[in-house]
Amino acid sequence: MTFKKGHLLGLEYIEREDIELILNTARSFREILERPIKKVPTLQGKTVVNLFFEDSTRTRISFELAEKRLSADSVNFSSSISSVKKGETLLDTAKNIAAMKIDMVVIRHQSPGAPNFLAENLDANIINAGDGAHEHPTQALLDMMTILEKYDSLEGLKVAIIGDISHSRVAISNIHGLLKMGAKVILCGPATLIPREIEKLGVEVSYHVDDVLREVDVINVLRIQLERQDSGLFPSLREYHNYFGITRARLENLPRPITIMHPGPINRGVEISSDVADSEHSLILNQVTNGVAIRMAVLYLLAGGENVSV
Amino acid sequence: MLAFKKSYTDNNTLKHLPEKLLIKNVHMIDIEEKLDSVKNIIIQNDKIVSILDKGPDSFDGEVIESKDSVLMPGLFDMHVHFREPGREDEETLMSGSLAAANGGFTGAACMPNTEPAIDSQEVINYIKDQTRQSLVDVYPVAAITKGREGQKMAPIAEMVDAGAVAISDDGSPVMNAEIMRRALEYSKMFGTPILGHEEDENLSKKRHMHEGFYSTKLGIQGIPSISEEIMVARDIMLTEYTGGKFHVCHISTRKSVDLVRQAKTKGLSVTCEVTPHHFTLTDKMVESFNTNTKMSPPLRSEDDRLALIEGLKDGTIDVIATDHAPHSIEEKEAEYIYAPFGITGLETALGLIISQLFQTKILTLQDIYDRCVKNPRQILNLPVPRIKKGERPNLTLFNLKEHWVLKDAVSYSKSNNTPFSSHPVTGRSMAVINNGLIFITPPLKR
Repeated sequence: MTFKKGHLLGLEYIEREDIELILNTARSFREILERPIKKVPTLQGKTVVNLFFEDSTRTRISFELAEKRLSADSVNFSSSISSVKKGETLLDTAKNIAAMKIDMVVIRHQSPGAPNFLAENLDANIINAGDGAHEHPTQALLDMMTILEKYDSLEGLKVAIIGDISHSRVAISNIHGLLKMGAKVILCGPATLIPREIEKLGVEVSYHVDDVLREVDVINVLRIQLERQDSGLFPSLREYHNYFGITRARLENLPRPITIMHPGPINRGVEISSDVADSEHSLILNQVTNGVAIRMAVLYLLAGGENVSV
Repeated sequence: MLAFKKSYTDNNTLKHLPEKLLIKNVHMIDIEEKLDSVKNIIIQNDKIVSILDKGPDSFDGEVIESKDSVLMPGLFDMHVHFREPGREDEETLMSGSLAAANGGFTGAACMPNTEPAIDSQEVINYIKDQTRQSLVDVYPVAAITKGREGQKMAPIAEMVDAGAVAISDDGSPVMNAEIMRRALEYSKMFGTPILGHEEDENLSKKRHMHEGFYSTKLGIQGIPSISEEIMVARDIMLTEYTGGKFHVCHISTRKSVDLVRQAKTKGLSVTCEVTPHHFTLTDKMVESFNTNTKMSPPLRSEDDRLALIEGLKDGTIDVIATDHAPHSIEEKEAEYIYAPFGITGLETALGLIISQLFQTKILTLQDIYDRCVKNPRQILNLPVPRIKKGERPNLTLFNLKEHWVLKDAVSYSKSNNTPFSSHPVTGRSMAVINNGLIFITPPLKR
């Protein structure tokens, strides 16, 4: 619904048809990325600002590349949260942007709802690049695109999301997206990192990673923030790795191989071991490539494009 | 005070009581006086001189004709934040009092989380002085601990002597059970209640809304119900152990209501209050990311809301209080996790009480009298005003039928942080009378 209104705030707010449209469009852009000259003039004359209030390297670079390959003019605004707290409010930042006649805003922010706030107050297309532990819609879209390169359909596919669900916008967006596309979703992690009542979204919860691995087609392994071990939510990274880490030993006992994904950046040896991350069943680098295509598709569609003619 | 107020209000809003006033054909409720029928009341020289079944044929004073409306002794809000001293940009004793009068209240108890905190006789005296000639009786609540820091007992006896009606660190819990124990013991010497802000900070720190399905979906770290319930349970046990007098502020969860119900069954001196926003709204509202859905305790689940309604109905919940908490626009116009907790409430409370509780037949007018007139004053050991010949009039006149939204009304609070500005309600205060003054609620702006 909000997609038709010109924003991508979260996958909760858009319909299955919107998701399918984005995925199909992204596949066309994916081809461009394989060409020797990867740039198309599609968004020439459009101005995009990347507003990053939280450290991010990959997502920002991925958006920047998507913008450049579509020939949009893009500018970056990065600010750590501490300086924002001291100075200008988000509303003032937004008003300043509006005054500079910007067409689209990509925002990453620590507070859930910050993109919704901009959408209400700005006359520009807003793209959520991650808001607190709320949503990260382009990540979930690129995850689904990656799965669909290997499987014909998401319908009936079993996908596990493993790790720190409580602090994960990737998990929430994946849950909304996968369920809308007909997949089955199982969440797995320490009980202290599974938020309350999440079953009500229509997912299963398990605390036993070996049981989950036997049951699913795809796993999406979430990053464990290194500072999380000081939060009292689990004893140590070592214990996390022993009980929830995805290792070759765990995968070898399975009746069939499963597909491995990770939104990055990886903590090798914590949530995933190196041999698994680098194995033939890992799609982690495909995710990164698809990320650019997905972001191109979202920018393109929000700018009013319909059929891709490239 | 009156002259000063005139700068805020037009001449017809707040004025001295006319020498002779007749309020005609009004449904009068005063349980103590066994009043519950349509009558006429004549006020002369600031005294109630007669209460008549039939209005006089001729009357040579001012007349308020008020069909379909209700006259009660003045409503009392035992939980407000008037921000003075310290944050006069958000509210003052003056603007808060006017907001109270506009909402139908003739009395309020103001909480001590000011700057400096109400933790000395001097601050109590300051508040008493500032409000001495006000229509609205303002009673300061004294801090339990110095600076509300939860460490060292504040000079409770001195403050009670100076006029504090209750003791509370509201805004913050008293985390240390030893300190709470001693406060309950010490205050029982004066019969002064401790008003508990019930929140285990270890469970609630750096959290922003009720923990449940919606906090999970919105990715906002949640404040669990148990952060309140554990403290309610602890303080009820401390009350039982010490024989103190304890009142739970802004109760918000099903289990807290159950705990208070059990405590009452045991005969303990435990009472509690609920806010209009907690019996009206739920955590689903936070989906809007509107920072005016952020307060402490947070909006809870629908199940909790229904338990609050049950508690109101069966009398477990003694009092309706607003927790009127003004904040500047600059502070509230922030990202959800950076916005402060709290919403205003004085000017919307009565409309919500009538719409949510009376129209739905959850509470009768007699119940509203109990929750808003009698019980709050009795808990604070204040006399309950009466509609009785010879008494000074302390009255609230309100209608049960006017449909309105706050944004169409004149507002006197200096702040506007409410989720109800566009929320339609039915029923509205028409006038309040107290201390020889009358405040006529201004008509809607359109």
